[in-house]
Amino acid sequence: MTTRRTAPRFRSPVWWPLAGILLLVLINIAYELAHKPGVFPEFLRVTWQDGHFFGMPVDIFNEGSRCLVLALGMTLVIATGGIDLSVGSVMAIAGSVAAVLLRQGDSLALVLGAALAVSLLCGLANGVLVAGARVQPIVATLILMVAGRGIAQLITNGDVIIIDRGSFAFLGNGFVLGVPFAPLLVALLYLGAGALLRRSALGLFIEALGDNETASRFAGLASARVKLCVYAACGFGAGVAGLLAASNIRAADSYRAGENMELDAIFAVVVGGTALSGGRFTLLGSFVGAVLLQTLTTTMYNLGVPPAVAPVPKAVLIITVCLFQSETTRRWLAARWRRPAPAPA
Amino acid sequence: MKPALQRRLPLFVTAGIFLLLFAIAGVSYKHFCSTRNVVNLFTDNASLGIIAVGMTLVIFTGGIDLSVGAVAGFTTIFTASLITNHGVAPPVAALAALALGAGYGALMGVFIQVFRQPPFLVTLAGMFFARGCAYCVGTQSTDIPDPLYQVLSEYELPLTAKVGIPLPGLIFMAVFIFGYLLAHHTRYGRNLLAIGGNEQSALLMGLPVGAAKIGVYTLCSALAALAGLVNTLYTTSGNPNFGIGLELDAIAVVVIGGTLLTGGRGHLFGTLFGLLILGTIRNALYFDGTLSPFWGSIVVGLLLLGFILLQRLLLRRTRAA
Amino acid sequence: MNATADSPPPLLALRGIVKKFTGVTALTGVDFTVRAGEIHALLGENGAGKSTLIKVLTGVYPPDGGEMRLAGAAIRPRSPKDAETLGISTVYQEVNLIPTLSVAENIGLGRQRSFLGLLNWRALRRHAREALARLDLECDVDAELGALPLAWQQMVAIARALDLRAKLLVLDEPTASLDEKEVAELFRIMRRLRAEGLGIVFVTHFLDQVYAVSDRITILRNGELVGEYPAAELPRLALVSKMLGREVRDEEGRTTRDEPAAKAVEPSAAPLLEVRNLGRRGALHSLNFALRAGEVTGLAGLLGSGRTETARLLFGIDRADSGDISVRGAPVRFASPRQAIRHGLAFCSEDRKTEGILPNLSVRENIIFALQAKRGAWRILARAEQDRLAAHYIQALRIKTPGPEVPVKNLSGGNQQKVLLARWLATQPALIILDEPTRGIDVGAKAEIEQLIAKLRGEGLAVLFISSEIEEVVRTSTRVIVLRERRWAAELAGAEIELPRLLRLMAGGSAA
Repeated sequence: MTTRRTAPRFRSPVWWPLAGILLLVLINIAYELAHKPGVFPEFLRVTWQDGHFFGMPVDIFNEGSRCLVLALGMTLVIATGGIDLSVGSVMAIAGSVAAVLLRQGDSLALVLGAALAVSLLCGLANGVLVAGARVQPIVATLILMVAGRGIAQLITNGDVIIIDRGSFAFLGNGFVLGVPFAPLLVALLYLGAGALLRRSALGLFIEALGDNETASRFAGLASARVKLCVYAACGFGAGVAGLLAASNIRAADSYRAGENMELDAIFAVVVGGTALSGGRFTLLGSFVGAVLLQTLTTTMYNLGVPPAVAPVPKAVLIITVCLFQSETTRRWLAARWRRPAPAPA
Repeated sequence: MKPALQRRLPLFVTAGIFLLLFAIAGVSYKHFCSTRNVVNLFTDNASLGIIAVGMTLVIFTGGIDLSVGAVAGFTTIFTASLITNHGVAPPVAALAALALGAGYGALMGVFIQVFRQPPFLVTLAGMFFARGCAYCVGTQSTDIPDPLYQVLSEYELPLTAKVGIPLPGLIFMAVFIFGYLLAHHTRYGRNLLAIGGNEQSALLMGLPVGAAKIGVYTLCSALAALAGLVNTLYTTSGNPNFGIGLELDAIAVVVIGGTLLTGGRGHLFGTLFGLLILGTIRNALYFDGTLSPFWGSIVVGLLLLGFILLQRLLLRRTRAA
Repeated sequence: MNATADSPPPLLALRGIVKKFTGVTALTGVDFTVRAGEIHALLGENGAGKSTLIKVLTGVYPPDGGEMRLAGAAIRPRSPKDAETLGISTVYQEVNLIPTLSVAENIGLGRQRSFLGLLNWRALRRHAREALARLDLECDVDAELGALPLAWQQMVAIARALDLRAKLLVLDEPTASLDEKEVAELFRIMRRLRAEGLGIVFVTHFLDQVYAVSDRITILRNGELVGEYPAAELPRLALVSKMLGREVRDEEGRTTRDEPAAKAVEPSAAPLLEVRNLGRRGALHSLNFALRAGEVTGLAGLLGSGRTETARLLFGIDRADSGDISVRGAPVRFASPRQAIRHGLAFCSEDRKTEGILPNLSVRENIIFALQAKRGAWRILARAEQDRLAAHYIQALRIKTPGPEVPVKNLSGGNQQKVLLARWLATQPALIILDEPTRGIDVGAKAEIEQLIAKLRGEGLAVLFISSEIEEVVRTSTRVIVLRERRWAAELAGAEIELPRLLRLMAGGSAA
């Protein structure tokens, strides 16, 4: 994670999703005060119950933990100028592997290790296609996206396997000192990744690769190796997300696990301020972006909007963000405020 | 190898694979080669086929449209709702749905062309939006008890004494022929390929790039709406959940058919064979009963991998020339 | 080609063309005349304004001043398509056609004949064959354009250009990637078109070719017209002097503007890098030379002589088709820049925008990047060390920047160049290849760079110095290799390095 701020004109890009969250919070408060005047807004209320924190803010971080961890790996892949569409399917695979092994009675350590190893392999497979065979990232990861779901179903033989191992269920449902485990784990992953990227030169390499791949290679960067790393990391993250998801519902649903989550992850990254074309990235931005996304979903729920309709505001949000990032919009706005247009090259 | 042959190599490979798969299935399963089953191959996959035609044209330009499944789903519930809950006559409802689909595509096309946004993101947003709107119209499957609909859904164009081709199959064939003629026998179609081949050059050559691109997204969305309509005929109902994942299937069909995702190269017949391959695999798995149906996606994934590597190999050879 | 007083107006007459961009005037009052039935060469070194003039002519840029007349009528093309309709067709070096479509389709794209909207493929093919036949060419019109050799693609482009009843054909660097046979074929077509009354503008930097086929020559320098001359009346040496703006007399005397060559330093006994028979199809023929530590080897030659191509081969960016390279006596084969760097090489590219800077990364990050890449991901340079390096080079090279954390894209071109130089110096290479290191840098900074090169030489570095500014090469080098038309032409050492001799060798042909 880099410490400097990139956007020269709009201050830090992270302010935008933060502002979005603030806006949503205000909307919620306004709605609740209008309908239940005098009562402290449910949306902000955090209480202590059954030995742990309880309330909507807690739910947001709990439910959003899967998207958060996906966004972490996705940020790195997008920063190199690529993309990974297969994370949803890898989630399903990880959940399936875990469920089957748990059913066999294997120890938790073995189960987690195996599931994560398989996910890592999936990521590496993507990396080999992109870095080795020079296949376009969108195409390469599309293959695993399609085949992966079938693989997950094959592993469970099409059944939805119920998981009754308590220790496993802790991942998605447990609490540590009153704080839900899943978001804690994810936060740790973010901090760990940030530290790793800053303590090593990996962060710099990833940004350089996305910024100008030719120049990086001419300067001696082992670009293939870096790409392999980011895709492997993304696969690993998908594995973690898959385990959290399976643990949360106490089942491995190979049909629906991870459905559309790759799109949510991409959305979180883009809204968080990392450009789809690559280069400078911000882990903090992706974190906030994913939280924004989950806040949006929870807002819909709080406002009584049927959950199926939730995608609509998501879409509006993406388009708005894209428009703001668009060169055409900037020129149009600049013309209206009568600033001089840039000269042709 | 003659250059004309080399260019069409992916197409021949796809056709060959289809024939091979079909032959294997025909030998392994009774009644697989029956006329009824072959007709079913077209009918069951009609919606996917129609969407795949539109998707092929978009991919020709080097773009992509992720919203087609959602638009199809929206169309089904929209049409069902209009007919059943608001008493609108089916033809009017159908026209309204098509117009809406076309307009939606045009809107996305404007964002992509005028505002220079990546097609992936724009159509992704389009997918979210359309799916959400579908649920706004109705959250559950809605029947269409309209008498005209019942008649149309049971209609079959007689082919043999016992077997006829239902309307969905006929519509798909008509759309395919239209798509084929458009892509390979009109200026517009060749312009699409030119844009995908090298957009800068196409501009310098004076081709109407902007209009063509907006047009192709309009057409693709309109076809997605048509696919939704066809589905309502097939099921005599509207379902906001219809079409989830259909865009991916369409992309897989197009790529297996030999069309390059980067644009500029491809053939509509490839899409047809890709569709038939997909249909045959699913059909065979159903016939088999013993093989897990999940092998379907895995085989499709493997085919995708194979074709992409083949494409890269061919590309490398032509570049070396 | 008669020039009587009442001959018809020239085919193309540009008068007083002015073109400004913010901060820079690309063209100041340029005149350009082309007659029907004539091949007219347009020459000039980098930054002379050739490509700007062509872009104005073909409608890409509107001129800020001056007038354009085609066959006597005033014109003002607003786009390439507009220019095409007027009768001005252009074929670019990159061949702006669609590589994934067939030859026939490319020739007919946008103008196909159709019946009820459906294309007539047979007519399209026939039409394409006829268009090619007009140039005495024949090929499989169904072949994919991208699969054909570049020379053929260019001819297809010409066939398409002519198809539109072009009056004026502009060929922008058409021979850059062609071999001799293909060039001869192109010339045959050009002469045929000339005989048919077409006017042809031939933009190139290959002097042999200019003399082989052109009737008249127009020379631009620094955005101004130097002059227009019949080819037969302008000897090579005079041509080159006018292009470079250098006064060159023959062997009798040297001008006062010449600088004495850098004093020769005792070169180390064994060469650091040796090249034997190095070549690459379409880029270089059979080079032989050696680079030594403590020596600055200048690589001189006109635009297109193969200097950058040589550098790319040395650094592992391109693969050689023939010959070999050895470093410190051991043969090497660099498959990538990374390997070259590991052997102690460094390469400061001339195209800093696409091959040099990491635009959104900071000055500091750009400076330490190659060094960090060499060390790998885990042996990270401590931040304090990075700051020290950045500060050191910012000061040593006088890089004008608000600070080391500013994105490098905000710096001026010259300062970006210095950042790149710093990047390579930070890796402490044994051999550094500098390709146009002073391009776009102000005079004061140029002198600094030259002093730096001298200092590096003194420290035992081997330097390969490529520059279009001949005086710079003369001033800085202890040995000069002259390339001409992608071949080794000569090698000068020590006192032999003087400006007039260099120019003569670069120009080639007979000395008179």
